[in-house]
Amino acid sequence: MSEDQFDFDVTVVGAGVAGAVTAYLLAQKGLSVALIDRGETPGSKNLSGGVLYCRSMTTVFPDFFDQAPYERRISRNQLVFMTPESSVALDYADERLHRGGTAVTVLRAKLDAWLAERCEEAGVMVMPGTRVDGLRIDQGRVVGVRAGEDELNCRVVVAADGVNSFLCRDAGLRPKPASNQLALGVKAVVKLPDGQLESRFGLAPDHGAALALVGDCTQGVGGGGFLYTNRDSCSVGLVLRLDDLVRQGLRSVDLFDHLLAHPLLERYLADGQLVEYGCHLVAEGGRAMRGQIVHNGLVVVGDAAGLTINTGFTVRGMDLAVGSAIAAAEAVAAAIAADDVSAAGLAPYETALDQSYVGQDMRTFAKAPHFMEGDRLYHDYGPLLADILFQIYHLDTSPRHRLMKVARSALKASPLRLTQLARDGWEGVRAL
Amino acid sequence: MRLPPVADRLAGNRFLLDEDEPHIVVDQALAAATGSADRIIAICPAQVYSKAADGTVQVEYAACLECGTCFAVADPGVLTWHYPRGGFGVQYREG
Ligand SMILES: Cc1cc2nc3c(=O)[nH]c(=O)nc-3n(C[C@H](O)[C@H](O)[C@H](O)COP(=O)(O)OP(=O)(O)OC[C@H]3O[C@@H](n4cnc5c(N)ncnc54)[C@H](O)[C@@H]3O)c2cc1C
Ligand code: SF4
Repeated sequence: MSEDQFDFDVTVVGAGVAGAVTAYLLAQKGLSVALIDRGETPGSKNLSGGVLYCRSMTTVFPDFFDQAPYERRISRNQLVFMTPESSVALDYADERLHRGGTAVTVLRAKLDAWLAERCEEAGVMVMPGTRVDGLRIDQGRVVGVRAGEDELNCRVVVAADGVNSFLCRDAGLRPKPASNQLALGVKAVVKLPDGQLESRFGLAPDHGAALALVGDCTQGVGGGGFLYTNRDSCSVGLVLRLDDLVRQGLRSVDLFDHLLAHPLLERYLADGQLVEYGCHLVAEGGRAMRGQIVHNGLVVVGDAAGLTINTGFTVRGMDLAVGSAIAAAEAVAAAIAADDVSAAGLAPYETALDQSYVGQDMRTFAKAPHFMEGDRLYHDYGPLLADILFQIYHLDTSPRHRLMKVARSALKASPLRLTQLARDGWEGVRAL
Repeated sequence: MRLPPVADRLAGNRFLLDEDEPHIVVDQALAAATGSADRIIAICPAQVYSKAADGTVQVEYAACLECGTCFAVADPGVLTWHYPRGGFGVQYREG
């Protein structure tokens, strides 16, 4: 194709975190870029739990904390094991987290709209309200995209179309993910009565809390829950592994209602007002899900490349989306400058991704999906912990026992065996 | 806390309905034969699917939140499912 037949150097499909950051960085490098999204406005299709580990975002946007519509800086993290009536939490609060600006809560409709504005300022042609129907492929090379009657020709397409990535699937470039590689996220945004949020969560202004919930909240389905604080609302939700959910035949709506009815959630959300209810898939397959992310004329970034890590403590996807965007923008610009946008020319993207924190963390936590599939984590640990603590705190005039004996008898009453405990401990330490 | 029934839960969301082009179509025979019918009814957080008196699956596509979960768990061929046309469907204001 000759020079003047290109509408843009690069077409980015999907104005989520991955696509918007890629488009922004490419425009900054002087390339002509189209950023297409099917939502009425960028961000209007997007949903996440909401904790953005923001160190990579602040390297792209040094003014992020002054300008971006984030909600709160996280300074308190909890891991909570739940049984129907109890909750046992590891509660970690640290001023250093706040000072360092490690993580913030975000609401994607707001964050993504801001990112799209930054793209426009940098010269990106932002095209919302447009669904891309497919890739244009000519002699084994991706040469553009189709959207309804329209066609766009470009040197490189960036697939940033999220976890479902129909773009790549329909073109036969990526397989359909298996159901143990996907989880269903269900979420509500609940506004608390004025002035209540900080006192209920014990937070100073601009400080935020992130609670990861494990156990009864998913009724034994692999996954977990979350409760994150926004400015004056909470993001509360569940992540449920699809294979398990189907196997157990449970209704996602029932599980969600069950979560909200738990005494812990009652305490935090009492008299709250539902602002929005939504759902979205989560990529949970780890490295195994990534597949080919470089083709002739095409690179794949963010969730479309399966870049998510769930360790139980933290769910990460947005920061990995930023990392992949940085690696992709660098490689795409270099490939265009060298006039070689073949898979070989774009291959440095994959190398750079592997060497970045994204690739390193994906390798480090490669065993996490398998560990998180262990049923005991969701069934048995919550009750064991609660029973031990119940024996410690429930003074009913019966004679007390020392901790060792209490723990041993709680373990005896639990389906867990000491060998399993040891093995899970060992595997957990290795996987997480 | 207790949320209202799903239909009311969704009332606070902004939807732009594409009247001309439903984005979900069910192959009824295949849905029944493969057991996909019950699966998609149970799994959908927006309760888009329900069983009619004659056993067929009814689709309230206007309420779809476009997660793709039903499409991921249904047997191949049961659903013709794609994203709504550009600008249509759910438009989150929070996310
Ligand atoms: C319930 C839940 C909780 C989560 N919690 C966290 C968390 O706390 N922290 C974290 O870091 N990550 C979290 N994640 C993961 C995180 O949300 C994702 O990793 C992240 O959104 C990926 O960004 P992305 O840009 O790759 O994809 P997306 O944000 O999904 O963006 C894809 C974009 O592509 C567009 N698009 C798709 N197809 C087309 C098409 N054909 N034509 C035009 N446009 C198209 C969509 O409209 C969308 O804007 C969570 C996810 C869920 C579901
Ligand atoms: S895509 Fe999601 S919300 Fe829509 S019908 Fe399927 S499961 Fe329900």
